[in-house]
Amino acid sequence: MSSRESILEVSALRKIFRGRTAVDGVSFRVAPGECFGLLGPNGAGKTTTIRMLYGFSPPTSGTVRLFGMDLARDWRRIRARIGVCQQENTLDPDLTVEENLLVFAGYFAIGRREARARAAELLEFFALASRARARVMDLSGGMIRRLLLARALVNRPDLLILDEPTTGLDPQSRHQVWDRVEKLKASGLSAVLTTHYMEEAARLCDRLVIIDHGKILVEGRPGELILRHVGPQVVEIGGPDGALREYLQENALPHDDLGERILLYTAGDDGRVAAVRERFCLRRCTFRDATLEDVFLRLTGRELRE
Amino acid sequence: MIRWDALSWRFIRVWRRNFVTFRRIWKVNFLTPLFEPVLFIAAFGLGFAGLVGEVRYGGEAFSYPAFLAPALIAAAVMNNAFFETTYASFVRMYYQKTFDAMLATPLSLEEIMVAEIVWSASKAAAAAAIMLGVLSLFGLMAWPQALWVLPLAFLGGIAFGAVGLFFTGIIPTIEMFNLPIFLFITPMFLFSGTFFPVSNLPLWAKPLALSFPLYHLVELCRLAGLGRSETVPLLSVGYLTVFAALFTMLALLFMRRRLIR
Repeated sequence: MSSRESILEVSALRKIFRGRTAVDGVSFRVAPGECFGLLGPNGAGKTTTIRMLYGFSPPTSGTVRLFGMDLARDWRRIRARIGVCQQENTLDPDLTVEENLLVFAGYFAIGRREARARAAELLEFFALASRARARVMDLSGGMIRRLLLARALVNRPDLLILDEPTTGLDPQSRHQVWDRVEKLKASGLSAVLTTHYMEEAARLCDRLVIIDHGKILVEGRPGELILRHVGPQVVEIGGPDGALREYLQENALPHDDLGERILLYTAGDDGRVAAVRERFCLRRCTFRDATLEDVFLRLTGRELRE
Repeated sequence: MIRWDALSWRFIRVWRRNFVTFRRIWKVNFLTPLFEPVLFIAAFGLGFAGLVGEVRYGGEAFSYPAFLAPALIAAAVMNNAFFETTYASFVRMYYQKTFDAMLATPLSLEEIMVAEIVWSASKAAAAAAIMLGVLSLFGLMAWPQALWVLPLAFLGGIAFGAVGLFFTGIIPTIEMFNLPIFLFITPMFLFSGTFFPVSNLPLWAKPLALSFPLYHLVELCRLAGLGRSETVPLLSVGYLTVFAALFTMLALLFMRRRLIR
């Protein structure tokens, strides 16, 4: 991919804050029309990276280029062309749903009549038209998230930045958000999103990176990453015994030992795996397709991050 | 570090956001400047004036309510501007994350902060206008020069709004605003020539009163409302201007340090 083709170009981005390296040399590119994912456990540096992408947080070193412009210099022109949906609820609680969009349009110097037209269109698209005059305080979590998304689109951005767009939502709301983001994607909008829902990343992202401790561990398409780091299938074996462990060691079968459970990664047609099935899968065995979550946990470990 | 190059007329859009929000609650907001002067004039004019009789100020004798009236406006300017950029700005910054949202748009931190200060001054000037009307009904303001109160209120509003935003930049929690109010606002309210002429203070206390920005605003409001003053007016305007400029810079500096990580 040449630099002319990419809408976003991040090179050697570092952020040291209070003596701690939050982002440690991150580089990636996003092509027009692409949805790019930043995955990682809590504290991996996702939000810090995102904040540097829209010029909220100045990098310690490295560069961010958007639409061929340098963010450090042309931040104002760049921000006019991006839409940011932040993780927290940053809506104005004193204003109505519609006023939130109109006031925000004002920050982009969009004329009043044009702002009204766009607000009406966006409220319709996000199924909020009936709540246009409601106070933000009276909205549900799902509605707040949709309004944040609508607000991020009020300037008709060329790039949408989504920081954990569905965290804390119920399944219905989450699917509604995914549905809308997919529609926007289909209309050609480029997007960068962070998430720790692997299902979300697999569904929305064309390409993604998994970051941990401020560094990119892997980069690729979701399907590719699964094949490369896990294999197509997983056998979950409950209550493993010593004999199984010995067998896996002897035959050098890729697996993770979780104590109460062993995850065996397999291409499916392996004779040794068939042997495992016959000899050790008398009781508690689950055969399933590998997911991005397997990749994520294999690469970032299973310890709690708090 | 203050990025002066990032400051432009765009700040007016942030001002507009505050104005739109204010319009929703303006009726409640205007009750205070409408009734507060009535209460003060009633309490001091009916009750207290009997004890003091006339006040000698600037070489002339005034009734106590006439002496007090311009100072009430000055104090209201201080309170409106200071409370706007402390409690209200802190809520916008910390609880509502309003500034975080704005910083994802083509607005700079400098524009947002200048807008907060200018907004607080506008609110203070609006309150001053209402009080001017009420106090004029009592015949306590000399027209037409009393209209000077409005630009003075705006200047004073910038000064107190800026110092308020500076405290918002350094204060860890919202409860701790009690400290600058107790140490800064309350003493100023009492000793800035508001309730008695500073010329009545003992010699050692005078320089302290002269260092208070409220003292200068009170004196300037008296000049506008009464036609008398105990200061050199241009010096007082100069003091307020320098004070406003200094604390605007400090507010920009500390808000940048606080918000941009």
